[in-house]
Amino acid sequence: MGQYIGAAIKRLEDPALITGRAKYTDDLQLPNMAYAAILRSPYAHARIKRIDTSKAAAMEGVIAVFTGEDIAQSGVPGVVPVGWLLPDLKTPPHPLLARDKVRHVGDGVAVVVAEDRYTAYDALEAIEVEYEPLPAVVNPADAVKEGQPLVHEDAPNNIAFDWSIGDKEATDEAFAKASHVVSLDLVNNRLIPNAMEPRATLADYNPVTGELTLWMTSQNPHIHRLLMSLASLGLPEHKIRVIAPAVGGGFGSKIHHYPDEAITAWCAMQVGRPVKWQATRMETYLTDAHGRDHVTHAEMALDENGRILGLRVQTYANLGAYLSTFAPAVPTYLYGTLLSGEYDIPAIYCRVIGVFTHTTPVDAYRGAGRPEATFVVERLMDLAARKLGLDPTEIRRRNFVPPDKFPFQTQVALQYDSGNYEAALQKALEIIDYKNLRQEQERLRQEGRYIGIGFSTYIEACGLAPSAVVGSLGAQAGQWESALVRIHPTGKVTVYSGSSAHGQGHVTTFAQIVADKLGVSLEDIEIIQSDTDQVQYGWGTYGSRSAAVGGSALAVALDRIVEKGRKIAAHLLEAAEEDVVFEDGKYYVKGAPDQAKTLQEVALQAYLAHNLPKGLEPALEAVAFYDPPNFTFPFGTHVAVVEVIPETGEIKILRYVAVDDVGNVINPLIVDGQVHGGIAQGIGQALFESAVYDENGNLVTGSMLDYAVPKAHFLPSFEVDRTVTPCPHNPLGVKGAGETGSIASPAAIVNAIVDALAPFGVEHIDMPVTPEKIWRAIHGNGRS
Amino acid sequence: MYPPRFDYYRAASVQEAVQLLQAHPEAKVLAGGHSLLPMMKLRLAAPPVLVDIGRIEELRGIQDLGDRLRIGALTTHWELERSDILARKCPLIPEAAAQIGDRQVRHRGTIGGNLVHADPGSDLPAVILALDGTLHLAGPNGTRQVAARDFFLDLMTTAVQPGEILTAVEVPVLGERTGTAYLKFEHPASGYAVCGAAAIVTLNADGTVAQARLCFNGITSTPFNAQNVTDALVGHTPDDATIEGVVDQHLHVGDPMGDVFASGAYRVELAKVFAKRALKQARDRAQA
Repeated sequence: MGQYIGAAIKRLEDPALITGRAKYTDDLQLPNMAYAAILRSPYAHARIKRIDTSKAAAMEGVIAVFTGEDIAQSGVPGVVPVGWLLPDLKTPPHPLLARDKVRHVGDGVAVVVAEDRYTAYDALEAIEVEYEPLPAVVNPADAVKEGQPLVHEDAPNNIAFDWSIGDKEATDEAFAKASHVVSLDLVNNRLIPNAMEPRATLADYNPVTGELTLWMTSQNPHIHRLLMSLASLGLPEHKIRVIAPAVGGGFGSKIHHYPDEAITAWCAMQVGRPVKWQATRMETYLTDAHGRDHVTHAEMALDENGRILGLRVQTYANLGAYLSTFAPAVPTYLYGTLLSGEYDIPAIYCRVIGVFTHTTPVDAYRGAGRPEATFVVERLMDLAARKLGLDPTEIRRRNFVPPDKFPFQTQVALQYDSGNYEAALQKALEIIDYKNLRQEQERLRQEGRYIGIGFSTYIEACGLAPSAVVGSLGAQAGQWESALVRIHPTGKVTVYSGSSAHGQGHVTTFAQIVADKLGVSLEDIEIIQSDTDQVQYGWGTYGSRSAAVGGSALAVALDRIVEKGRKIAAHLLEAAEEDVVFEDGKYYVKGAPDQAKTLQEVALQAYLAHNLPKGLEPALEAVAFYDPPNFTFPFGTHVAVVEVIPETGEIKILRYVAVDDVGNVINPLIVDGQVHGGIAQGIGQALFESAVYDENGNLVTGSMLDYAVPKAHFLPSFEVDRTVTPCPHNPLGVKGAGETGSIASPAAIVNAIVDALAPFGVEHIDMPVTPEKIWRAIHGNGRS
Repeated sequence: MYPPRFDYYRAASVQEAVQLLQAHPEAKVLAGGHSLLPMMKLRLAAPPVLVDIGRIEELRGIQDLGDRLRIGALTTHWELERSDILARKCPLIPEAAAQIGDRQVRHRGTIGGNLVHADPGSDLPAVILALDGTLHLAGPNGTRQVAARDFFLDLMTTAVQPGEILTAVEVPVLGERTGTAYLKFEHPASGYAVCGAAAIVTLNADGTVAQARLCFNGITSTPFNAQNVTDALVGHTPDDATIEGVVDQHLHVGDPMGDVFASGAYRVELAKVFAKRALKQARDRAQA
């Protein structure tokens, strides 16, 4: 590779962002613009007996007030669809606004369109809704029991799906012959994504042309356009333009198609004016799809040497009140398939029961299924190590898939492409000086101080993904990616990418790929994304897929540019095409670099078309639609060192070491940033964050006063390093770096805490591990 | 985050503020706006009238009155934190003020607003109680003074009567051989005190305790004065074992608050630990 790929180039996006020049959705103003606000149910479950909007509608400055009935009568499809199907999946309808019943606190009931936001919110208070409150159910393991309130009448026992993977019989046999069995009951805590920028939409409908333009906080504008067209609005797809301007983070929460953006668009069509809706932080808490929320029983069978014989997992996955866009995939194909971890496990069986409850819908949140799987496997490894009297690193070594066994077929469908797990572990051990640290731990214990060392040797499946594979598993979407590269007559470059960055820095990393492949400088490259009218097509940014799939599409398109340019250059140089080399932005005949044609010269000739090879089309442009042959499998070792103060349960993170293998690295600065952010979010899950519902379905942790997102001063300075095992099946050798931290770190932190508490006989504490839980565990007031 | 409609008056003097409050009995007083405005934006509070006292010059600043210090109600947390007078004569206040919220909050929030709001998780109430401070109120019938021990009546309820405003807080200048400490177990989300312990220890020349104070934020609905503990300390040499023994034996918290993050039982346990830590630190400082 050249001078750009692998270089720590400062993000080209940042000057606009840090000087306030970037435009987010709420910064946009259109003439004659009105504002929408949505009335939300205060009940988790209630029948709507009556809605009276007359007082609100009569208020000065109120343009219109609409209910679900109005949307239904307008004749639009009016629903929010699910984008991933499983066998026998129950798919109850999800209307844009609730009509007969509300099913979670925050369910939309009515919408006000007004001249300004003050008036809109005043008018919400003037809408009269008569509810008949009904009993609610919030816990997925409870919701499946007989006699519980039903979220949807057509989903008996609140079960949306009952899914399994692996070989049950072989797994039962493995347990029958095991020398040791360890088991674990755990709750994987429900999380709220909390992107810095709440969701927002600005909708502008032109009744003359029939065109609808939507600026919105989207991670995948083409998916939103498709679902808006087919399911929500019924407008032809080519008449809808979705643009994601600057987007302040998503972490999965802006993948999904929600009612609110469609309601805003529908309102714009009704009132004939542009309408803007900006979620408040409270709406973010109540309506952005939450993450995780599993109730799991897991068991691991081992032989007398600590070799894993089998793994058996049963999980109740809380789906919330409605199926969010990719909700069925997250606790199934992004979870059950990851349960082999970094290990050669001969028999695995996993059953997942997806459950409706009267809570906010649950969907992908940074890591999506893979943090849950990693937590199950890595906690069991530590429990097994303790039971067998083995060092936690030793039991992992004994079970690692060895480097010579790749590609490695797991018992849960995936084929790992490449890996060297021992190398990453070894590097992490050297960084923390493991042997001495263990001695230090022992010495401190004698003084009454309790430090713990926790490991997470994790695997993830990223780079979603081969379209035929995900299609066979239920995806109602393809998962290839596209790139169009246009070389202008002056040799400047514009790239149209189907990826859609919302903080990841594609403008920088993609430009680095272009600069190296074409030998042009960064300032001569423009990266266009996030606009369905400009970009040919794309499936967007999530699942650590943009470098591996979007970047690969770009690499293929760039190769096509180089090849077409070579034909033109060969013609100009009067040489055979196969004798012409391309290097540093110049074509020349092998051995005669002084007689070169620059890319700029070739581009100009391509456009002038005065003297092209016979039959060659003019212009210099190429498009690639890249469908990857496999997922990518980043992996690594994270190590947490914590100290626990037994008298209060206070926790200090003393060190945090991450050795990740994300394949080739395009920009180490950006990868480090991704790793840091992911670790912070994972520590958030491990120690602080939890969306708690009371028995009536009220979100008790409904604001930043109660829901603790980690603050900078809670976290240590992370020590990050890497090993590099290139991905063997994509042109860049990259694997994806967006989710390593949130996948690996919860298990590392909890393992460290449990290790610190070993002298007290503590075996497990559920996340978030708060000081009180530790205090209770130590003082025998309950296991957690 | 859009409050309902309200009328806004800006008072130029305490007298005008009192008159405005008389004319608008439903009005709320606006100072730094860091407690009231969030509640209004969440529509949890909807006062029809705000009387802004934020620019009344006479309510600002810290005065040295010899044996006492007078702190104007509009003094910001940041000013408390950075005050030379307080650092020398009453360092407990800057130590606590520095632990409030974040830098932005400390630049806007005021000591008066903090005390009158009387959030049980606030940091200043127990500090003013421990210092035996006096709160100066102005109202339609003139001015009056309320001792800190009579000021905090219940959760977010104080002795301030309708039509009154808090104008200043007076605290004593701490004497020789006196050490103070404010230690806080903060809620990871809000930053409020789950348990905040304010301790003051004054030693006799022979090293025994002459007097002591120990008050808590966060564990009960109003700041809690652990008088039993400090009474039991007086006359004793405050070595670690004595402090620990006295706290274990004499700290009894009735009716602790609890929430999803920290139960009442756990807060009581925290109070014990933080009592010991705070008393030891105050002692160390008294000895220094």
